[in-house]
Amino acid sequence: MTTQTPLTVPSRDGRSAPARVAATLVLEDGRTFRGSSYGAVGETVGEAVFSTGMTGYQETLTDPSYHRQVIVMTAPHVGNTGVNTEDDESTRIWVAGYVVRDPAIRSSSWRATRELEDELVDQGVVGICDIDTRALTRHLRERGAMRVGIFSGDAADRPEADLLDAVRTSPQMAGAALAAEVTTAEPYAVPAVGDKRFTVAAVDLGIKAMTPALMAQRGIEVHVLPASATIDDVLAVGESGPDGVFFSNGPGDPASAEREVALLREVLDRDIPFFGICFGNQLLGRALGFGTYKLKYGHRGINQPVMDRTTGKVEVTAHNHGFAVDAPLDEDSDTAYGRVRVSHVCLNDDVVEGLECLDRPAYSVQYHPEAAAGPHDAAYLFDRFVELMSTRQTAHQTTEVNA
Amino acid sequence: MPKRDDIKSVLVIGSGPIVIGQACEFDYSGTQACRVLREEGIRVILVNSNPATIMTDPEFADATYVEPITPEVVEAIIAKERPDAVLATLGGQTALNCAISLHDNGVLEKYGCPLIGANVEAIQLGEDREKFKGVVERCGAESAKSLICHSMDELLAAADELGYPVVVRPSFTMGGLGSGFAYDEADLRLLGGAGLQYSPTTEVLLEESILGWKEYELEVMRDHADNVVVVCSIENLDPMGVHTGDSITVAPALTLTDREYQRLRDIGIAVIREVGVDTGGCNIQFAVNPDDGRIIVIEMNPRVSRSSALASKATGFPIAKIAAKMAIGYTLDEVPNDITRETPASFEPSLDYVVVKVPRFAFEKFPAADPTLTTTMKSVGEAMAIGRNFTEALQKALRSLEKKGASFHWDGEISKVSAERALEEARVPTDGRIVLVQQALRGGCTVEEVHDATGIDPWFLDQIALINDVATMLADAPQLTPELLRLVKRHGFSDAQVASVRRMPEAVVRGVRHALGVRPVYKTVDTCAAEFAATTPYHYSSYDEETEVAPRERPAVIILGSGPNRIGQGVEFDYSCVHASFSLRDKGFDTVMINCNPETVSTDYDTSSRLYFEPLTLEDVLEVIHAESQAGPIAGVIVQLGGQTPLGLAQALEDEGVPIVGTSPSAIHLAEDRGAFGQVLARAGLIAPKHGTAYSSDEALVVAREIGYPVLVRPSYVLGGRGMVIVYDDDSLVTYVEKATEASPDHPILIDRFLDDAIEIDVDALFDGEDMYLGGIMEHVEEAGIHSGDSSCTLPPATLGDGELERVRVATRKLAEGIGVRGLMNVQFALAQDILYVIEANPRASRTVPFVAKATGVPIASAAARVMLGSTIKELREEGMLPPTGDGGRMPDHAPVSCKEAVLPFKRFRTKEGVAVDSLLGPEMRSTGEVMGIDVDFGSAFSKAQQGGGSALPRSGAIFVSVANRDKRAMLFPVKRLVDLGFTILATSGTAAVLKRNGIPATLVRKITERDDDAPGEKSIVDLIREGTVQMVVNTPSGQDARADGYAIRAATTSADKPIITTIATLAAAVLGIEAGLTEEIRVKSLQDHARDLDLYGRRAAATAAATAAATAGATA
Repeated sequence: MTTQTPLTVPSRDGRSAPARVAATLVLEDGRTFRGSSYGAVGETVGEAVFSTGMTGYQETLTDPSYHRQVIVMTAPHVGNTGVNTEDDESTRIWVAGYVVRDPAIRSSSWRATRELEDELVDQGVVGICDIDTRALTRHLRERGAMRVGIFSGDAADRPEADLLDAVRTSPQMAGAALAAEVTTAEPYAVPAVGDKRFTVAAVDLGIKAMTPALMAQRGIEVHVLPASATIDDVLAVGESGPDGVFFSNGPGDPASAEREVALLREVLDRDIPFFGICFGNQLLGRALGFGTYKLKYGHRGINQPVMDRTTGKVEVTAHNHGFAVDAPLDEDSDTAYGRVRVSHVCLNDDVVEGLECLDRPAYSVQYHPEAAAGPHDAAYLFDRFVELMSTRQTAHQTTEVNA
Repeated sequence: MPKRDDIKSVLVIGSGPIVIGQACEFDYSGTQACRVLREEGIRVILVNSNPATIMTDPEFADATYVEPITPEVVEAIIAKERPDAVLATLGGQTALNCAISLHDNGVLEKYGCPLIGANVEAIQLGEDREKFKGVVERCGAESAKSLICHSMDELLAAADELGYPVVVRPSFTMGGLGSGFAYDEADLRLLGGAGLQYSPTTEVLLEESILGWKEYELEVMRDHADNVVVVCSIENLDPMGVHTGDSITVAPALTLTDREYQRLRDIGIAVIREVGVDTGGCNIQFAVNPDDGRIIVIEMNPRVSRSSALASKATGFPIAKIAAKMAIGYTLDEVPNDITRETPASFEPSLDYVVVKVPRFAFEKFPAADPTLTTTMKSVGEAMAIGRNFTEALQKALRSLEKKGASFHWDGEISKVSAERALEEARVPTDGRIVLVQQALRGGCTVEEVHDATGIDPWFLDQIALINDVATMLADAPQLTPELLRLVKRHGFSDAQVASVRRMPEAVVRGVRHALGVRPVYKTVDTCAAEFAATTPYHYSSYDEETEVAPRERPAVIILGSGPNRIGQGVEFDYSCVHASFSLRDKGFDTVMINCNPETVSTDYDTSSRLYFEPLTLEDVLEVIHAESQAGPIAGVIVQLGGQTPLGLAQALEDEGVPIVGTSPSAIHLAEDRGAFGQVLARAGLIAPKHGTAYSSDEALVVAREIGYPVLVRPSYVLGGRGMVIVYDDDSLVTYVEKATEASPDHPILIDRFLDDAIEIDVDALFDGEDMYLGGIMEHVEEAGIHSGDSSCTLPPATLGDGELERVRVATRKLAEGIGVRGLMNVQFALAQDILYVIEANPRASRTVPFVAKATGVPIASAAARVMLGSTIKELREEGMLPPTGDGGRMPDHAPVSCKEAVLPFKRFRTKEGVAVDSLLGPEMRSTGEVMGIDVDFGSAFSKAQQGGGSALPRSGAIFVSVANRDKRAMLFPVKRLVDLGFTILATSGTAAVLKRNGIPATLVRKITERDDDAPGEKSIVDLIREGTVQMVVNTPSGQDARADGYAIRAATTSADKPIITTIATLAAAVLGIEAGLTEEIRVKSLQDHARDLDLYGRRAAATAAATAAATAGATA
């Protein structure tokens, strides 16, 4: 299959139009889209998912939860504000591939230091542009998330059957254990802003930079540990063990995270206050004995309505999850760790968005209170962690006094 | 929490006449609110003085009061209807101001009907600038540094502190009236003085200049459980300094990172909470410093606004509808999202397209006005377009304006010198600046240069440069390939633009494009970027891969709307389109609406079976028709309801084989072409005023002398009264021909005999080929020569007799037959010296259709749509849509009088020197809207109409009279009556002398030109008007001599906001109105009661007869 070089707008003063070559996007069910290369030229495979956020592409690209995923941006213009040195959520771009309709040729923002496309090229992220992203999104919505490949340059010249074969032989997301691929190699600490009130052990399963930052703002010293951390590593944090333990977001299938689940049970057994986000929520669910399942096409965007069932209030939240916890909505569940209730629920589709242990100091949410990108409506969940640790501390002190 | 059960009835306050800054977006929001409330089983009482609205149609409320929106009148309605609550947040500033008055004078408390939606404290916090600054501070955000002033001294001192330039903002005015930039003390004296006058609280805010900053707006919704969502972010392409209503705006915001956007969102939400808007929508505006991101909160409106209408159309999230639900107690999560049906309204729409709104101006109607765009809104309408990217949306929006020169072009070569000249011109924001920017970029100016000159964000400029680059590729390409065509189409190029770049006919471009299979697909506005399936077919075109137009089975009627509002083509036409859609849907058709005006009810996604938000150009319309013809059967296309815009497409559409229903394009031609129409008249035995055509001033003189002065002259190449004047003598004629126009072989001058002292008559009729239904006959108050759109008129005609009405009826029928009308026709007659002249006939819906429908209680627009699709008038009479017998051409003797009055925007337009433009009426239409008054007789109805129009007639005080010589005789009786009624008369020397000789006392005042140097303290009439001594001004224009004085007098009156009467016929009407206002209490009556009492359908008569018969039968037994 030979594809023609796409029509490219010539360079002009003040901007150099990137050289575009033909690119093809192939879905595992055989549907293909033809467009132009965007970012690096080459080939990539991953799980095709769409994100409906209209802002925050830099945060999305650098969110480790997107590891091995090819992101389809529904927002038509991407790259308008370039990239800056402040908004990265990790040290690199994680997405496996990037699909946009209209890439910005020239960015505009007082904070921008580079063009997004230059960053994509440098980090070798293969993308495609000028395709009907809405058609692709509708396809994924109807058929579900599936594997996809993007092929540009020489790669695009191969027979279509070869391309499809490359997609179909790539690894599935279901069953994938990816935490080890994204976690920090070495532990590190994020100091508390102002007076240090608590010490937290945060297990990095793909943590976003904003999470420790928001904790630090609340007087928490955050010790970020690699995903391989043991209970001893966790307990070694702080002078007399951590005041709380946090499990972060991250990529992969929670069903493949048995080791992390076991670690979490150890934490629960010790009644250490626990807070989990996203993958951390799924792991809490599994630790409590609930199942997890793969959603048809997941929640990815920054406009999702979630009901906090404690207050009855709706918050608009950032989501990025392909899996969810299977827990009953209408009643509390009895688990090995006592009663557990579903604390938050997505109003779009009634998916479980949060768990709360009624008899243990543990809770978690499926979505992203750290936002970045997204609204700040759910930031109170970090305050809740602080409260939980305060109560615990007071209780602890009381116990000690009584003893 | 579900609906409140303590609210069984709600009074909804509408926004009154269409004025600049408050247009039909409030009809859209009000209509939505009324529908929602009624669906919830709540009794809806509505007050709105604007008859041209959908919301005032009797079926949208239980009791509809077309009455002036004044505290007194609304109190009378409250006293009569005793509503449980008042909803005032959907009727713009007018409704909000009225609600505050009702609160302040204790009426709301007295009748136990609290405001819902927003409380008075919240309204005041949002609107009072000083209090609002406090709010912003408490939210941890910044306001522009500013100082509140109540006098000129305070203003001057404040300006010294802040440093020039400063922004002048009068408090509590609408659409930014009276605000602007003062660059020095002279500016400040002018602007600040006017601002103190405009503000009902004599309060002006002076503010540090944030000129050139990026401007954003968020539309926020809140429910009583304190759930808050941001429905839409809007970014202004024009930076700070241009009123957002006059700016090109883009949704969603395109040049903010998430961090910056979330900061705006956090502030917006904090502000709505702090202000305490209970429930509903509000908007909040921000300025962002492009250099460092410093954010300034500019203002917030604690109500549904123009931007909310735009945001609703841009996102598919119906703000007004949801706001109404919130007001009666629902929370956001309890209300389903209409479009997905599955998901709740408690979310934030995500857009996978770009929306661009462009304003439409009418400076050509006010040649003296300063066209610089400032913080005072001056646009009269807007067009919106949706595309899959910015370039596509922008180019579609510009062509939606339907204005020559509004779109980008690549005509001829452009040198760097001309590019720099264009750039120099673009420094000052004006209508059409975007085209100057495009030309400057095209001619070699860099994005940086243009950014420095205009402040427009480089990202937008780069996109415009990209459009130029694509045009270059198009020009240089050896041939049109599918790839090339797809590329140019994806950047929004029209066939016409391609044709002009490639120097070939548009039809050929289209032919090639179709042959190559390059056609648009239609995407859906679904609120969620395709995350969920959408059930509402709200479409826009794009040159993408996959179309979402669903197949259908029912025959479709495609209705072409009227495009952006402009003077002469406003909400009245939307009214007819909407009615057609409703009545044809009821009759089993699928209706397909094509329109590009975001303010209207027609572009609400549930008005029609399908909505295409598209420009109304031949190309865009043909593509929709093509797409719909692929989807299912098409019954036909309606072009006669949306005004001149769709009518202008009729012939071309028919040539393309599109079935036009109703009056055929050839019949339309018969009415529009002078020669052809002359023959229609001749065959019908009717006469038109004498007329002729001239190609030079010499020829013009010959024609004018032959037909006799005065004559009405106009260029042949413009429509809608543009450039039209009445000329009384040779000299003026020569001046007009030589200076005001460019007469040439292509553009002759049309000269018509002007009928002095003629009564003008307007008729709306329905014809099916057999029968005629006369909708109504209206008599103008002003004599012929004033554009019918600017005249007030009455139905039934106030002074015409049965014989005259019969002649009008016969003539109308002959015209309908002669032209071949199938549907609506509007005819304008002039009656002079007992001769009935035909001025013009238009085989389409007219501006007066909604007024006629309300005055007679008959849905003639709906009936017209049915006739166009083949129903006969006989059938409609049998069905009960039309009265069984009789029509609106002969109203019952007991019929009250309905009076329509035009509302004029002179106050908005100032010359470069800052003086209001002249308020003289003429043959060129300049009104933006209208009001209606219904009452027992003409005087009372006229008085109500004046009150509704915002310049209530005086009850006492001084009236200044200065009339032209020809009017001196006619003035005597009315002026005498004013004296009898207790008014003091001020007059200039000539008028005073005539009055004195006729025994009418008058105080002599000097004109400015007569100012006596010996008596420097003596005040001229202009001084007296400015200081508020004069309650009403009567000034009919005389020849050249007094022109300057007349203008100064009228301008001062306009600025002082006092009624001004410029024709002698209006004076007579005003005297009747004043008398009615003095002697009578406030009478209010709902349209429903009005129609019942009028009883054109004979229902009441039948019921009475049946009751009498039953009683008689009973008595007999």
